[in-house]
Amino acid sequence: MTLPAETDLAFRHRAASEALLDVAYDLTDSPIGPLLVATTERGLCEIAFDPNPEEEVERLARLHGVRVLRSPRPVDDARRELDEYFEGRRHEFDLPVDLTALPAFQQSVLAELQRVPYGQVDTYGGLAARIGKPRAARAVGGALNRNPVPIVVPCHRIVGSSGSLVGYAGGLERKQLLLSLEGGTLV
Amino acid sequence: MNAVAIPPFERFYEEYRDEIYAYLRKLVGREAADDVFQETFLRALRGYSSLQHGRHLRAWAYRIATRVAIDERRKKRPAGELPELPADDSRPAYAELDHLTGDLPATERAAVVLRYGYDLDYRDIATALGSSEAAARQAASSGVRRLRRRMT
Repeated sequence: MTLPAETDLAFRHRAASEALLDVAYDLTDSPIGPLLVATTERGLCEIAFDPNPEEEVERLARLHGVRVLRSPRPVDDARRELDEYFEGRRHEFDLPVDLTALPAFQQSVLAELQRVPYGQVDTYGGLAARIGKPRAARAVGGALNRNPVPIVVPCHRIVGSSGSLVGYAGGLERKQLLLSLEGGTLV
Repeated sequence: MNAVAIPPFERFYEEYRDEIYAYLRKLVGREAADDVFQETFLRALRGYSSLQHGRHLRAWAYRIATRVAIDERRKKRPAGELPELPADDSRPAYAELDHLTGDLPATERAAVVLRYGYDLDYRDIATALGSSEAAARQAASSGVRRLRRRMT
């Protein structure tokens, strides 16, 4: 016997509304493909391109706790803000992000990265200098490569010193697409 | 002893939701099954972070479901009143048992339904009831004795 879909959904809603989850996640469509969006009580903790939900769920459980459940409502705000961003109507995200599971260095890189405004780009070296570690461009690259919340924490706005796109965990095509959406220019 | 990792709750839920729902439909009927199902997995969520390992999760789920179902029946049914027959589209063995066991004490009813409707062995029934195997056997046999007395 299969559980009725409405009972399933009702349980998923209640699990979230009674604050029993470490992480709530859902899948959503976007112009750059399906995204898995996940949030803790503190804020958005993951946006995954081309998601393999089983792997993501395991990863989320390791990072944030085993009570991980697909539940649509907690990620409604993120879904809406992402839609607005992709429609060009939103230049800044109001969503809180939860980076607390990350190493301190990565947190500081990502915090600084959030200050690079919409439509502008900076370099790895530039970002390294801004966190007071001008020789740490490679480490900055590594921290960006493992950014758990791309798009919202805009690692696509960081390019190579020559202005070339260089790399993007979600693929260069997506980086290009996000930058053209923003009409990006090098600062 | 090898530690068995506790899976993410989503995995646990996906794996057991259908069978637990089916089980609850038999124990409490279709009307009450939705609420009892949700309460079962909400209770599981509340206890999930305190689990020490991932062994026996299926039995754990059945144990919670059985307790919630028993609580629900105690809440719903004033003493002495016969319960509504659960409406079910199929009529397998456990459905017949529903009809027969409706006014047994909750634990005896669960033991009889699990033993003769679901063909679980006493070890599994003990797990589901959260009791010893001997107590499960005892509950089933006193349930059967009570049914016999009523039929003769």
